[in-house]
Amino acid sequence: MTSGESATVPASDRKRPHRLAALLRSQMRNIAPFLTLICLFGFFAVASPSFATLDNLGNILTQISVTGIIAVGLTFVILCAEIDLSIAAIANVTGIAVAYFTLQESYVNIANVPMPGWAAILLALALCALLGLVNAFGLTVIGIPSFIMTLAMMQIAAGISALLVRGQIAYKVPPLVTTLGSTSIGGIPWIVIVAALMLLGGHLVLTYTRFGRYVYMVGGNREAAEYSGLNVKLILGSVMVISAVCAGIGGMLGVAHFGSAQQNEFDTYLLDSIAAVVVGGTSLFGGRGGIGNTIVGLFVLGVLNNGLDHVNIDSFLKILIRGLILLAALIINVYAQRLRERTAE
Amino acid sequence: MPSGHQPILELNDITKAFGGVEALRGVDFALSPGEIHGLVGENGAGKSTLMKIIAGVHADFSGRLKLDGKETRFRSVRDAHAAGIAMVHQELSVAPDLTVAENVFLGNQPTSRLGLVQWRRMAREAGEQLKRFGIDVDPMSRLGDLPIGLQQLIEIARVLFSGARIIILDEPTSALSPPEVERLFATLKRLRDEGTSIVFISHFIEDILRVSDVVTVFRNGRKVAETKAAETSKSALIEAMIGKGREALEETYTHDIMLPPAVERPVVLNASGLSLARSLRDVSFDVRAGEVLGIYGFMGCGQLELARILFGKLKPDQGRLSVAGSQKAFRSTADARRAGIAFVPESRRDMLFLQEPVYKNISISILDRISSLLLKPSREREIATRQVDQLRIRPAAVELDLGMLSGGNQQKVALAKWLSYPPRLLVLCEPTRGMDVGAKNDVIHIVRDLRDKGLAIIVLSTEPETVLSLADRVIVLKRGAVVREFANERISKDRLLEAA
Repeated sequence: MTSGESATVPASDRKRPHRLAALLRSQMRNIAPFLTLICLFGFFAVASPSFATLDNLGNILTQISVTGIIAVGLTFVILCAEIDLSIAAIANVTGIAVAYFTLQESYVNIANVPMPGWAAILLALALCALLGLVNAFGLTVIGIPSFIMTLAMMQIAAGISALLVRGQIAYKVPPLVTTLGSTSIGGIPWIVIVAALMLLGGHLVLTYTRFGRYVYMVGGNREAAEYSGLNVKLILGSVMVISAVCAGIGGMLGVAHFGSAQQNEFDTYLLDSIAAVVVGGTSLFGGRGGIGNTIVGLFVLGVLNNGLDHVNIDSFLKILIRGLILLAALIINVYAQRLRERTAE
Repeated sequence: MPSGHQPILELNDITKAFGGVEALRGVDFALSPGEIHGLVGENGAGKSTLMKIIAGVHADFSGRLKLDGKETRFRSVRDAHAAGIAMVHQELSVAPDLTVAENVFLGNQPTSRLGLVQWRRMAREAGEQLKRFGIDVDPMSRLGDLPIGLQQLIEIARVLFSGARIIILDEPTSALSPPEVERLFATLKRLRDEGTSIVFISHFIEDILRVSDVVTVFRNGRKVAETKAAETSKSALIEAMIGKGREALEETYTHDIMLPPAVERPVVLNASGLSLARSLRDVSFDVRAGEVLGIYGFMGCGQLELARILFGKLKPDQGRLSVAGSQKAFRSTADARRAGIAFVPESRRDMLFLQEPVYKNISISILDRISSLLLKPSREREIATRQVDQLRIRPAAVELDLGMLSGGNQQKVALAKWLSYPPRLLVLCEPTRGMDVGAKNDVIHIVRDLRDKGLAIIVLSTEPETVLSLADRVIVLKRGAVVREFANERISKDRLLEAA
């Protein structure tokens, strides 16, 4: 405070301890996920000797990479207070498309259209961008809520996947995709590097560009963004396309990573990606959070999934525990929003 | 009128405060059976507060309330309802997703012995009631699909036919067309003749005089006059409302103000023939550089819609806008901003990011001018600091979250975000609403300063003082149409009210 009004100075002095509490409360959405991560890590490190090893850390990183790539775009969407339920289906159809345009072994019974690797990759990217554009069109021009629009897109993308592979499994993808998805350089898997670069890129865009600022402002108060003369529809449309393209890249590398392209391969990635973003503390109401939060959320999920394997727990119980952790994160998310609103008033 | 009777409702020495501000001070009020009682007064004079006490909305007040001569106290709207008192509030409170019939019977649908809603009976009765009121709609249609005036009529009809003995109508005519107003008045008179007591609040003094038997005038939380409608006139009521020269208020503007002659400067914005559904009819005007155009009218006169058309938020059904001589059809608010138009809506929450720091609020509308792909936070802070200085925003801390600032300072921030790269035209809705005297004067100075720098400014307000203190030329909107223009002549508050 640089205010020169002497009358306000003692008042603000008296409020100092209260301020600290207010700061802590307003930062709760960043602090809580981080504490969760530390607790989980500590717990598994004590519970299992094989958990806290460098090898296993590598495993965790690899395991969260595909989710991480998809979650970059989803972070943009959720920051705008929208949702994208079609990410897993778009990842799946993009992975299948890139295989569809690659020459498969003779025993694979798919009527595919082989093309050079670069063309297959470009076509697959164009497909996911197009599906993102359809989402954007439905949301901004027609005015369908994103929840419903992307639910429809989930079905549409799944339908295209089904038509392309017709119940078969494809194995071959272009060499570039194979390299990035399933090989390592200097002991570090390429897919981890790609995920890290995309997360970094997302962070830079959100923090240092004009577009990133607009995303936060539209999410913070859409009405105010419109009354400030921002093109809100253009921004919302853009985040839907970004989300679809990130999902598509995750899908292509995922197919290479798993070694096959088939129907319903990415189904679990929808919940995982949403969970990563929200557990990390990005507000479902928009305007708060970011890639940093998403990274923490990814690690919470990664440590949880991996750690539960290490402590040899009933695999059915594992699903329940994941659900409970997600619920706890949602409660914190909503609670943090309320605390923040109260301090703002 | 039957004034010899014992009043059905009597209030004595009513005082009500909101957070230390007294909205009513020692008010007496009596309502006779079978009378239409008109209430007039400026915004904030206390009319609505008193009526809300009668309708059980405000349970916490001091003073006595007697119904049928017996002292009583309503603790809730339900209590008042049970005693036969119903109110139509100023803001539309209907359920747009329910059918017309459900809205008419809201809260007391006819049910069979099993507790099931009797749809057919409900639709039939609703249809009959509405027909008596001259409304011919399908009772099973969705209310939200009907025009806003019709929705308001249906809400009124619901209350009128609820069987209440005392009916309070707060600004019922603002969204109604003249024939609808006629029908409403005919119904009110019929109900009165059947013995119902009606309280009628309106800004439209002609309406009050036409329909009321008795008129009560409020000013600053006090009852200042009560007279038979037949024995008073519009100008006498206006004089009582604003208290000509008798009370020294901060800024009353009861004296004449001479509007300056038209400026010989280029036209910045020309609007011609703007129409929008039921809100606006054939509105035309222009604004020149270096001029403040005031647009005055009562709540619901179409101002809000007009302002939003100017900023590309609403599209007019008909009419054209041209900015600096070239015709424009804004597809979004971004188009309007690029054309050099700045806009400050009437509600602060709609234009500010309370959870973001002050500097981000100030820079949001000029980011594309001061940065290309990458943000330049230091430049943003520098510009914000300059604006905070110039507009004397306190505390002068650009990093502080905006929500920490007081209301008046927030409003200044809303203005500040347009000023670092001055627009061609500034559209201000209710620029001084809810401000204390100091902040009001600051805003008046800022606006005059901008005008002198050559900006064209439009000020839209429902408060005569705001328009009088800022405008060089005034147009008056009434039910969506321009009814009067004041330019290069004497103007005063009562002339303004008279025109509206």
